[in-house]
Amino acid sequence: MERTTLDLWVGLFVVAGLAAILVLAMKVGNLSTFNMSESYTLQADFDNIGGLKSRSPVKSAGVVVGRVTAITFDNKTFRAQVSMVIDKRYQFPKDTFAKILTAGLLGEQYVGLDPGGDEQVLKGGDQITKTQSAVVLENLISSFLYSKAAEGDAKK
Amino acid sequence: MLDRSLAAIRGTGHRVVNGVWRLGFASRFFLAVLLHSGISFRRFQLTIKEIYFSGVLSLIIILVSGLFVGMVLGLQGYETLQKYGSESALGTLVALSLVRELGPVLAALLFASRAGSAITAEIGLMKATEQITAMEMMAVDPIARVIAPRFWAGVISMPLLAAMFSAIGVFGGYLVGVVMIGVDEGQFWSQMQSAVDFRLDVMNGVIKSCVFGVAVTAIALFEGYDAPPTAEGVSHATTRTVVTSSLAVLALDFLLTAFMFRGI
Repeated sequence: MERTTLDLWVGLFVVAGLAAILVLAMKVGNLSTFNMSESYTLQADFDNIGGLKSRSPVKSAGVVVGRVTAITFDNKTFRAQVSMVIDKRYQFPKDTFAKILTAGLLGEQYVGLDPGGDEQVLKGGDQITKTQSAVVLENLISSFLYSKAAEGDAKK
Repeated sequence: MLDRSLAAIRGTGHRVVNGVWRLGFASRFFLAVLLHSGISFRRFQLTIKEIYFSGVLSLIIILVSGLFVGMVLGLQGYETLQKYGSESALGTLVALSLVRELGPVLAALLFASRAGSAITAEIGLMKATEQITAMEMMAVDPIARVIAPRFWAGVISMPLLAAMFSAIGVFGGYLVGVVMIGVDEGQFWSQMQSAVDFRLDVMNGVIKSCVFGVAVTAIALFEGYDAPPTAEGVSHATTRTVVTSSLAVLALDFLLTAFMFRGI
């Protein structure tokens, strides 16, 4: 058995195919930008999560530090339980504030973490107690209308 | 009147029985290919030769089609997206449609018509000229020696071809969107990267193309092996390969998409 030119072409073909998968992973996909090899899980309860989905980003100061992994409904407290994995490189204080924010006017929703001043840091499985729900457009409009109506009544 | 309707019923029944019979034979054939595939890995040279014929020689058509599909996606996507002022999402649109759907499906359709038909014609002619019988006479198992290497070559080539199709398609979309029209380059790539997930999108596309590779090559080999040993029979078998494997690819694509992205 000896090497032939056929082998060369097939070898080139296989290399090109694997390179294409690599390009798709690195340049097109997100494998290079966000690699969560080491991570820990945090929980947070929200009154309303709006349009948050699992796999939505978790950001702090605009930097993606983790992803939402699961969203469940707690039948005892009637609140939404959001689990998220955070990259091990980033540590947050115990009194970190979790908010649901929107990227742009109609963009996707994400969890924003505002670090507090506590000395102790959150560890895997901890619960973020201080949360702020998503802004629901209908509630915003209705409260605006009510306040306008109240103003009108006051003027009369 | 009664005679004619009886004949119609008899004809339908005959066709149904024939179809089921063929399906059973096809399953047995597929199982035999899997059981006799040891030799195509022990003597990998056989498989390499087939990868050359069905994979390397399909490269040109795959690359050229991929480039043009990506370029058309770029143009059409831009036309629609700019109405909503979101041209920056062009990269996402091009990449997701290629990686999830168009790459695997179009590459499989092209592979079916470029390599699948060739496989059927080759096997059918080998059978018509009694080369397969001759092999059996020499105690060489034709399934292990002829069929299995072609099968594995198709299964190995298909995902590689689909990945190349998607990659060059994204490049085509980049050429039209960024170089020609002038969408911002940074937004094009960064929005694409934030939307395309490696495991969910890229790997699912690779899995899809592996499944299509199995389906297309198995259908092509079976049609060739089952073809009546005449010129007409081989020509019919070649046509049937392209039609059946294209339909199989599209139907499988629907099923796989339903499983992967809706999580039924």
